[in-house]
Amino acid sequence: MRLKFVTATAVLLAGVLATAACGNSGGTNPDEKVSLTFWTWVPNIDQVVAKWNAANPNIQVTASNQAQGDELVTKLLTAKGTGNAPDLVQAEYQALPTLVSNDALADISAYASGAAGKFAPGVWNVVTLGTDAVYAIPQDVGPMMLYYRADEFDRLGLTVPKTWDDFAAVAREVRQKSPKQYLTTFSSADPGWFVGLAQQAGAKWWSISGDKWTVSVNDAASKKVADYWGGLVAEGAIDNKPMFTPEWNAQLNDGTLLAWPSAVWAPGVLAGNAGDTAGKWKMAPLPQWNAGESKTGSWGGSSTAVTADSKHAEAATKFAIWLNTSDDATAGLVTQGGIYPAASSAQSGPALASAPAFFSNQPDFYPLAKQIAATASGFTFGPDVNVTYSTYKDAFAGAISNKTPFAAALDAMQTATLQDMQQSGFNVTG
Amino acid sequence: MALASPAGRRRRRTAPSAVPYVFLTPGIVLFILTFLVPIGYTVWQSLRRVRVSGLGLGRGARREVFAGLSNYREILGDAEFWASMQRALTYGLILVPTMLGLALLLALILDTPRARLRRFGRLAIFLPYAVPSVIASLLWGFLYLPAVSPLHYVLRALDLPQPDLLGGGIMGAVVNIGIWGGVGFNMVVIYTALRAVPHDLYEAARLDGCSEVQIALRIKVPQVMPALIMTGVFSTIATLQVFSEPFTLRPLTNSLQSTWTPLMKIYTDAFVRNDIYTAAAASIVVACATLLVSFGFLRLVQARAFSQEDR
Repeated sequence: MRLKFVTATAVLLAGVLATAACGNSGGTNPDEKVSLTFWTWVPNIDQVVAKWNAANPNIQVTASNQAQGDELVTKLLTAKGTGNAPDLVQAEYQALPTLVSNDALADISAYASGAAGKFAPGVWNVVTLGTDAVYAIPQDVGPMMLYYRADEFDRLGLTVPKTWDDFAAVAREVRQKSPKQYLTTFSSADPGWFVGLAQQAGAKWWSISGDKWTVSVNDAASKKVADYWGGLVAEGAIDNKPMFTPEWNAQLNDGTLLAWPSAVWAPGVLAGNAGDTAGKWKMAPLPQWNAGESKTGSWGGSSTAVTADSKHAEAATKFAIWLNTSDDATAGLVTQGGIYPAASSAQSGPALASAPAFFSNQPDFYPLAKQIAATASGFTFGPDVNVTYSTYKDAFAGAISNKTPFAAALDAMQTATLQDMQQSGFNVTG
Repeated sequence: MALASPAGRRRRRTAPSAVPYVFLTPGIVLFILTFLVPIGYTVWQSLRRVRVSGLGLGRGARREVFAGLSNYREILGDAEFWASMQRALTYGLILVPTMLGLALLLALILDTPRARLRRFGRLAIFLPYAVPSVIASLLWGFLYLPAVSPLHYVLRALDLPQPDLLGGGIMGAVVNIGIWGGVGFNMVVIYTALRAVPHDLYEAARLDGCSEVQIALRIKVPQVMPALIMTGVFSTIATLQVFSEPFTLRPLTNSLQSTWTPLMKIYTDAFVRNDIYTAAAASIVVACATLLVSFGFLRLVQARAFSQEDR
């Protein structure tokens, strides 16, 4: 009885091994049918994926909406190595170093180097982390710009600010002319927003030289930005409540808030949260630190990455490149998914020929957006952005409620980031 | 257990001694799988940490290593952690007496012979307990935010000062949600205990000339003491585990940090900072603290509890 069991197990095991071996040797066969899983949160992306599946019977992709943003990062890190990880994953730019550092992403430079020319160098630099490797294909970008209530600006006789000094002056003017309204609010809940503003001023929070990281979250450029906003909050020239709350929605909708420094994807948010104000907003370049300059930062943006667990990295890369550079796919992502594409050619594609419905009063919305996108500065994110971002929320919320200087909140972020990296054993200086 | 032993003694040994264990096996297996193993795994995780080398970007740059007690040292030396514990205790010191006091009061009112609409009252008071705490926190969040709150709307219309409930009053705002959701359940527990009190006690008291208030204070309250102690222990345990209310309110305000309560700190460590090792150590510490506080509470009221049960 026992002998029989052992034999049966051995036979079974041999069978499994043989099958596994078959699977491995078939990996290079182009005719082999491959099925890929893709974790993403872009709405309606399954319609775009369906186009690929129809044209590529041998590489079938299944998209599934598992989670968004940081949650998806956590989910991927948990699934990694258990055999449950997907082949492809949507990853925000700031999450890439964290994922790479956790060995969750594949280096796809062998299959993807040809795609570099399709993107602005600053964008491509983010997915290579400044190394020779390639960890993802850029999908969408979020160049920052200024949104303002054109009707209220007319009513109050305000001029659209060209510099941050102008912006501060307009903020005070609003308080003077209409004490119930604010030009804008400073949000302690959105580190991605602040980092975009800091990028515009030339901040460099992480950098790599040789095999050493340098962390400088509290560099001079960031402090300039923090002091500027801290000053406006302290004198009461702007509001200090977080964005993306029911209260914020109400204030955008009823005209309590007159402007929003945001990114190219803002029309979708405004349409959803302040639907009554359609056609009343306009978009302009972000105010500048020095008159005559044209610089901006980025808020958001994400990429399609191939996971380290994927057994079909080449096929997955092929799909990722198609998804983010082909006219067919990017048009679908723009119209059905509501994203602003990273690929240069797609930024002037037919899908972006007319302005978003919410901005029908500004027909040159996308041509202007493309101009602004070209001025976005590149940025290197570090492997513990989550620590930096989470400290931002606590430190800036504390600075606002305790009325302490914003620059000290940046120092707290620097300390937390550096300490975390040192404790983990990274080769790092502050 | 206490009930089973005399019966066993009477029947003598008619079955082989293994039989009880066979019947117990499913329970023991489940206990081990769903209780001991996860706890063991948490303890194991709490003794480990990740070690990165160089830039930490290449393959194999990140290893899991044995960390000894360093995670515990870190968490016990973390001022943020103690601050969060202190906030949780403050929260409990306000919440538990207020909530149980209200629950007892409402149960006593519903139990008076003159109470009208008893069924409706019980249901209305119990209903908030059926609202999940995340939903409750969202609802209250809307009521706290000045721009969308009907309360502030009325105050504004009357030109009265508007309290900043999510600013300086944040502790009260969070406690309020806890009370709103918790009173109903505790009221039902106490009320059920009240219904079980034999009525001849009341009759005897009335014959002796007791008023309803005296009956409530001298008979009803001592009679439901075990129920009060039980709800007290459960509420105390829930106190150190407060999470969903402040977590849900957090995006709405500048006055709640990601480490406002111990569980929020553990969540942030595990899922925002991706450091499950420190989070595991903190979980063990919080579990021990909860045990300590609830046993401490039980000891404090032990005499009362046992004198009631021996009755």
